[in-house]
Amino acid sequence: MRTLAAADIVIVGGGWAGLSMAKELGSRTGLSIQVLERGGPRKTTDYFNTMDELDNWVRHRMVQDFSLETVTFRHSGGERALPLRQPGSFLPGAGIGGAGEHWGAVCDRMSSDCFELYSQTVEKYGSKRLPEGHSVQDWGITYDEIEPYYARAEKMIGAGGKAGNLRGKLVEGGNIFEGWRSSEYPLPPTKIPYFSTLFDVGAKSLGYHPYPSPAATMSAPYTNPDGVDLPACTYCGFCERFGCMIGAKAQPTNVLLPVIARHKNVSIRTGAWVRRIVFDGSERAGRARGVVYVDGTGEEVLQPADLIILASWTLNNTKLLLLSGIGEPYNPSTGTGTLGRNLTHQVSLSTVTAFMEKPLNRFMGSGAAGVLIGDFSGNVLDHTRLPFIRGGTLQAPSHGYGPLGNFGVVPQSIKSKWGSEWKKAAIHYYDRTGRLAFQGEHLAYKDNYMDLDPTYKDKCGDPLLRLTLDWRDNERRMAEFAIARSIEIVRAMGAKEFSPSSGLGTYDTRTYQSTHLQGGTIMGKSPQTSVVNSFLQHWQVPNLFVVGGSTFPQSSSARPTLAILALCSRTADAIVERYLKSPGPL
Amino acid sequence: MDFTRFGPTIAAGLSTLERGQAEAGQQKSRRHFLTITAAAFGGLLIYSPEKGFFRLRDEKKIVHVPLHFFEGSEALIVTAAVSRIFPTDDSGPGAKETGVAIYIDRHLAGPYGSDHHRYTSGPFESGRPELGYQDKATPRGIYREGLKGLEGFQHLQIPEQDRALKEIEGSLLFSLLRQHTLEGMFSDPIHGGNLAMRGWQLIGFPGPQMNNYDDVDKHFGEAFRPPPVSLSSGRLSSEDDE
Repeated sequence: MRTLAAADIVIVGGGWAGLSMAKELGSRTGLSIQVLERGGPRKTTDYFNTMDELDNWVRHRMVQDFSLETVTFRHSGGERALPLRQPGSFLPGAGIGGAGEHWGAVCDRMSSDCFELYSQTVEKYGSKRLPEGHSVQDWGITYDEIEPYYARAEKMIGAGGKAGNLRGKLVEGGNIFEGWRSSEYPLPPTKIPYFSTLFDVGAKSLGYHPYPSPAATMSAPYTNPDGVDLPACTYCGFCERFGCMIGAKAQPTNVLLPVIARHKNVSIRTGAWVRRIVFDGSERAGRARGVVYVDGTGEEVLQPADLIILASWTLNNTKLLLLSGIGEPYNPSTGTGTLGRNLTHQVSLSTVTAFMEKPLNRFMGSGAAGVLIGDFSGNVLDHTRLPFIRGGTLQAPSHGYGPLGNFGVVPQSIKSKWGSEWKKAAIHYYDRTGRLAFQGEHLAYKDNYMDLDPTYKDKCGDPLLRLTLDWRDNERRMAEFAIARSIEIVRAMGAKEFSPSSGLGTYDTRTYQSTHLQGGTIMGKSPQTSVVNSFLQHWQVPNLFVVGGSTFPQSSSARPTLAILALCSRTADAIVERYLKSPGPL
Repeated sequence: MDFTRFGPTIAAGLSTLERGQAEAGQQKSRRHFLTITAAAFGGLLIYSPEKGFFRLRDEKKIVHVPLHFFEGSEALIVTAAVSRIFPTDDSGPGAKETGVAIYIDRHLAGPYGSDHHRYTSGPFESGRPELGYQDKATPRGIYREGLKGLEGFQHLQIPEQDRALKEIEGSLLFSLLRQHTLEGMFSDPIHGGNLAMRGWQLIGFPGPQMNNYDDVDKHFGEAFRPPPVSLSSGRLSSEDDE
């Protein structure tokens, strides 16, 4: 094994989390920082001529290569897990920028009670109302503590939207159910395409409170506080699963790389596949010495460092700690151990497909353009008469729709799936079809967790991560509720026909839901129930920080990216202002 | 004139083979060709780097379309099958006018066809359907094996062809055929299908438009259909087609 010169800080992973840490620490300290990214280099100009739906939407150009590594999956502990052999229900990124390059760029905040979900739910309804087998817990941080970091993250990525709660004052037209904001969004809302406009009108007629989707696709030219210029979005519609051809969607490559490039103390190495964090000590206490990675030639390389920031994707953060023997693996039968617990996947489903009378011109849009309602959010619904707790947001997205992802959807009255009758109907409805989408909270359960698979291996011969995950009745009933409300809304929108979703049923890995997997290295108040403290510092290994969606104790109904960025900047503050002055537990 | 000199950029509507006019799979060394006449589809739309798209109207011309994966008889079966999945009818062109079979042939010859990016380590075991496709067979293998069961398909009468497809509706081959038909109809023409953007024009999809800023919040309730563009050809002018 080759040993390199020591770096002050090594960051594992070059996505939103890793590069935002590199930007903060690189610009605020003179320390030598080495970012290790296992995928290839990427930059915004790479995307100029990639508006190719086959390549991106169908064949997943931006997604991790599943031939090198995947995960195994089973629905319950008694079953044998099998590998997910091709991308399906979630789409992890690979290469510089990670999934942050191909995200849809909706950047909503979690509702304010999410951070104290356990204590606030118990206070409101008593502890019996949490479903059996849950492992819901508080984050160890409050909304008031994270608010300034949310605001900072929104300014960094040029979020567009309309505030609904400005320092406690409710503002009509924004999301009046959101947590308080210290300031208005840095940019106004995006333009609203036709289908989302119909939703806005329909939802209002039923007494709901629609608001424009918070969007990191620039609604106007924008210069962020780091001096990065972003052009206005042109609504080309090649957005989610694509890199933005003009850099008008906030992506790590256009928001973070230009800032990092100004600082010679930061270097980024691609093609570096980290296999282990080298660690002296026991499961209970120790010190990380560096990381071992495999480079493009297959050679193993040791990169020593004083401080290690683990910022790979959610699932790989857990996998790397398990492989490195850092922390006690979670055991669902005894409840002991914390590493791998509280795996959640946001409840994401198309609640209803609506067939409209008039053409929608839905090739135009952006990944984040649309209208939402927060009336069914977990903090808004009165659950005393409902068969579930918590909730989510309902959205009429206008992503920009291409034919490969969308052609062929026809009303249920058309029975065939090919041939002339189907073709005619599919052509007629191609541009008359719209969907409502629900994003709901996923509670954590004792039996939804991650560990290492005993059978299947990745390209290095390391065990794959094994997911044990299924829906419970709370999520199924929440989805049924969302479907029923969605039907009422599309009727109010004037839909001629509609096809409701059949509901959640059993977790299905085959169809895309979202890439919002969370948990595994969760944050919290105590080392007995969490892997990292609220500054995302490992409880047992103080010179190791673990950042990203893996630290979320359970899934809120908001998309996770904005909270990941907010928590990263809070961690960067804590490192710069406190940890570096006196390295040790924060 | 030897049109094979246009090499892989020839995009021909080869699925309109009229029986008796087309001979498949002339085996010259190990290379397979589809031999078709321009008459079979009222002229042949051809692309060359020098001239862009142009239409060959001499109906007697013979064109050899080189195949990258299929053998000649396989290509004829696929050509006939995709023409039933997405037929030509009074609603507009179908798979045979858009080069779907050529798209499939080329696509299978590439990394997708051999599962280059799929996790293919064993053991291979079957599980609950929610765990997704678990078999070892690659798309190439599924076609090669599956097409054996459709021998002579291209010679059947249309109702018999529809019956034969109905019988295999639940098969892996059929699900790939249907999926790849839509891909060949509606993917960018750089992939070999969607000839002259006919698929996109059929459904009113304008391809990769760089700027919809001024239109995205207008045209409510009425179809807005800018002229289509593709990644390779730029805008299609009215002279190029029909």
